[in-house]
Amino acid sequence: MGKLFAVVVILIAIASAIPIFLHWYPMAPDISAHGHLIDEQMADTMAEAGFAFLAAQFLLGFFVFRFADRKDPGKIRTFPGGAKVMVAAAVILVGTEVLALGILGQRAWAGQYFTPPAPDAMTIQTQAGQFAFYFRYPGPDGKFGPQHPDKVNEGTQNYFGLDPANDVESRDDVVTAELGVPVNKEIRLLMHSKDVGHSFYVRELRVQQDFVPGLDLMVHFTATKPGKYEIVCTQLCGLGHYNMKAYMDVMSQEDFDAWMKQKISEQ
Amino acid sequence: MRMKQVCTAALALLIGPASCFAGTVTGKVTVDGPVPKQKVIDMSKEPACAKDYPATNPPKTETAVEGPGNSLADVVVYVSAGANDEGTVPSTAVTLDQKGCRYIKHVTALHVNQDMKVVNSDPTSHNIHPLAKVNREWNKSQPPGSPPIDAKFDQPEFIPVKCNIHPWMHGYIVVLKTNHFGVTGDDGTFSIKDLPPGKYTLTAWQETLGSSQQEVTIGGAGETKTVNFTFKGKAY
Amino acid sequence: MSDANSTHAVAHHAPPQGFIRKHVFSLDHKVIGLQYYGLALVAVFIAIFLSWLMRIHLVWPNSPIRGLHLLSAAGAPGDVMTPEYYLSILTMHGTLMVFFVLTNAPFAAFGNYFLPIQIGAEDMAFPRFNMMSFWLTFVAFCVLISAFFIPDGPPISGWTAYAPLSAVGGAAGPGLAYGQTLWGISIAIFCIASLLGSLNFIATTLDLRAKGMTMMRMPLCTWAWFITACIALLAFAVLLPACILLCLDRVAGTSFFIPSGLVINDQVLPHSGGSTLLWQHMFWFFGHPEVYIAILPAAGIVSHILINSLRRPLLSHKVVIGSMMAIAFLSYVVWGHHMFISGMNPFSSLAFSFPTLIITIPATILTLIWLGSIYGSRLRITSASLFALGFISLFVSGGVSGFFLAQPSIDIYLHATYFVVGHFHLVMGVAAIFGVFAGTYFWFPKMTGHMMNETLGKLHFWGTFIGAYCIFMPFHYLGMVGNVRRYSTFVDDYLQPYLGVHKFITIAALTTGAFQLIFLANLIYSRFKGPKAPVNPWECTSLEWTIPSPPPFDNFGGVHPVVYHDPYQYGIEGSTGDYVMQTDPANIVVERDEK
Repeated sequence: MGKLFAVVVILIAIASAIPIFLHWYPMAPDISAHGHLIDEQMADTMAEAGFAFLAAQFLLGFFVFRFADRKDPGKIRTFPGGAKVMVAAAVILVGTEVLALGILGQRAWAGQYFTPPAPDAMTIQTQAGQFAFYFRYPGPDGKFGPQHPDKVNEGTQNYFGLDPANDVESRDDVVTAELGVPVNKEIRLLMHSKDVGHSFYVRELRVQQDFVPGLDLMVHFTATKPGKYEIVCTQLCGLGHYNMKAYMDVMSQEDFDAWMKQKISEQ
Repeated sequence: MRMKQVCTAALALLIGPASCFAGTVTGKVTVDGPVPKQKVIDMSKEPACAKDYPATNPPKTETAVEGPGNSLADVVVYVSAGANDEGTVPSTAVTLDQKGCRYIKHVTALHVNQDMKVVNSDPTSHNIHPLAKVNREWNKSQPPGSPPIDAKFDQPEFIPVKCNIHPWMHGYIVVLKTNHFGVTGDDGTFSIKDLPPGKYTLTAWQETLGSSQQEVTIGGAGETKTVNFTFKGKAY
Repeated sequence: MSDANSTHAVAHHAPPQGFIRKHVFSLDHKVIGLQYYGLALVAVFIAIFLSWLMRIHLVWPNSPIRGLHLLSAAGAPGDVMTPEYYLSILTMHGTLMVFFVLTNAPFAAFGNYFLPIQIGAEDMAFPRFNMMSFWLTFVAFCVLISAFFIPDGPPISGWTAYAPLSAVGGAAGPGLAYGQTLWGISIAIFCIASLLGSLNFIATTLDLRAKGMTMMRMPLCTWAWFITACIALLAFAVLLPACILLCLDRVAGTSFFIPSGLVINDQVLPHSGGSTLLWQHMFWFFGHPEVYIAILPAAGIVSHILINSLRRPLLSHKVVIGSMMAIAFLSYVVWGHHMFISGMNPFSSLAFSFPTLIITIPATILTLIWLGSIYGSRLRITSASLFALGFISLFVSGGVSGFFLAQPSIDIYLHATYFVVGHFHLVMGVAAIFGVFAGTYFWFPKMTGHMMNETLGKLHFWGTFIGAYCIFMPFHYLGMVGNVRRYSTFVDDYLQPYLGVHKFITIAALTTGAFQLIFLANLIYSRFKGPKAPVNPWECTSLEWTIPSPPPFDNFGGVHPVVYHDPYQYGIEGSTGDYVMQTDPANIVVERDEK
């Protein structure tokens, strides 16, 4: 039965690797300016992890095949080099490999989090609340009106708690249920949570960031391909979590201007 | 043959005066001034509902719906004082439907302890959450394919109701201790029937513009009175 | 190195009398170990059943599941599961599995039973604390299960119970009123029970070893239990106050985890000053060591069984112990890898990612030592050794997916997807459980005096091994396409093409779960009708195999064992001899060529 185990382990290893080799489950297509660094990191890690996975499973299979239930008892032998070789292999091979991954992977992380957006990035605010995302554009005055939690009224679509009657900056704010952005324009996305923890995830954009109640955060990105992409919530926020999404609409500048005009008229 | 005629006559004698005595109040509710702008609802996050609305006629909020001739829809006009026949719970149930990710109707009025059946006609789950403060507050999900939810409210109250899953879905459940009420339609008119003679106070309530009252007297048999309400508008 | 007669020794020399003292409120570590095992068995079957409900709902979301309304009328109107009930089931599945199965079975159950015996002691250092720790665990279990029976049902915030969702109360959703408070109380009681248990393990290991039983002569599973108890002491000590603070926020109006300005149902919540990230830090400071609490005992048990099956010691006893200690130490400085995109300072994310990557090294050392020890061995295949070998395969599979998640940049894409769910299920949910299965097949004869049925055991192995891969390997692919976790239904456009994969997984899950019934049947049947077990059926060298099957109440029958060797005196380089017991003064024929 040892030989059967060996064969099954190796078959499982190969069967697990096939969908990866044949790209049956590729990552979502990358439409971001920074995403290629993440994708390269992913590919490097897949190669190294994949190699480690296959090598370990194959070794397990081969050794069990050879040494299980041996008819000839034979002498017990020690793996050449013994534990020293294993420790050396782990520290040198695996150690350097993972440290390399870690150090190289820094670039992708730094690009997102240690590099501020350009000063002329377009600022949009997004608010997550059970169970929808809403977006706010500052309007011609370039300023967001203050938010008053006590003025939030979902029935009248006042999700941000704006008080245009008293706050001048709020009067030209544009609130939408879709995130419209012009293509190839850097976006500075301010993130605010209305109630509990949520998260903003657009696979194609290679952006994922939690909304933290009480902490206003920011991510920045540039979308490089027009189209409609789903923004989904990835932080468990209650019963409607599965149905919490919005569309990001990446448009040419002309289309974006037309869309913005339409949205202004709906305010 | 003769027996039948006697019975019919007897019935007529009994019912006739009763219906002769019952009065009706009709009227129209209008608004003087602006109403807060009703905003377009973007349902793109729920494609299952968004497809129910053509682009040329998008859904809008319903917090103050003004119709032709300044009429106000969804105003509940009810007898708030003077009736001495309160407490009769109708045996029929009132239906609150969820269709196109909206409450049908936006304002549902019913009697204390009257049955309400909540129905989900959409292909997506809804979560009915009456935000009651006097009655018991509850919160139930209704997946498509699940049976209607039976509900009852044992205290009079104006209860906002929302769907936890779709933030734009809002409505009102108005629980009254009288059966003498009407809810205005798109043309702003209401009609309250079967009022015995007497002096009544009528209250008209609109969720955004508030409420106002007027007195009306039903004098003789079968009298019809007209009471109009005019709400003061507001911009926001 | 005090012997069992010291003042630290146990105060019972007379055998226990009466049914209650013998089988219910027992001070005997063996009975307590079996009680923990029994509780874990009940918990695991409940949790497997819950996972079936989840998998069925995911594939057929709006279809009635016959009879579900009997479990919850509110949660399943017309037998159709509501979105919140899915999350309730998910929360309870996770909570039961992590706490009541993975902490109880490999650690509390087997550790309680065998640690004292393997070091030559009569019982644990504090038998009363020991009894309390089991019964407190039982109370915690009852409190948790009671959440199923309240009107609003169990909490919906996941086993991780992130604030403010878990802290603000019923306004945020059904199950978050009393259900969440019951959860908090249950876990707090569990923490106290674990602290008592850990104290016992540590004191016993340090103080009650028999003559000649130096620390380095303890079997590897004993080391694993000892190291795990050290981790548990510090980890549960942080979860306990976290749960208390959470309950205070919920019922006493405090705001440890709730900032100001939150609006739910158009009402501003009357809280201010709290930090939602504080909950995450406290929880994961516990949560990460917890997963090593789950895996280390299993690794120790597997090492012990593997050595016995290989008929040779591992390549280096010291290196294995050192690796386990390194893992234990590093487990305290990596918790932030659960929080890379949580909004904490992004420099912290990088800081946490380095030790997370480095922890790969001792884990790799362990794996390479296991693999290298198979080379040149005389491997015997039994149900127990199959599960031990399966553990190695699963540990590798679950471990390599950690390479991805340890890097913050990749975590941007994979966080909160099925990739994470696949990772922790393979390494905790399957590998650690394989350690439990291996331990069961190995030690059942000692605990009950009967042999388990080997054919059924092997059948159980094949179904579970292949089935578990069929369930959890596809999770990684789903993660690669960005399939988000904790969704009760897959409504998003991009998920539609993958519903077929989910169907495959559900069928695999139902099948694999069914194979566990073979195990249960084998356990129950063999306990009563299994062939009588000899004292040492596996020809194993550690102390538990020197005493009768099952052992007498005081383990060694009043005799204090004396130990002469390390626990792995099996035939080694150049030898054709086979084994020498730890209590046998005879020397193995050939010099050991490595330590």
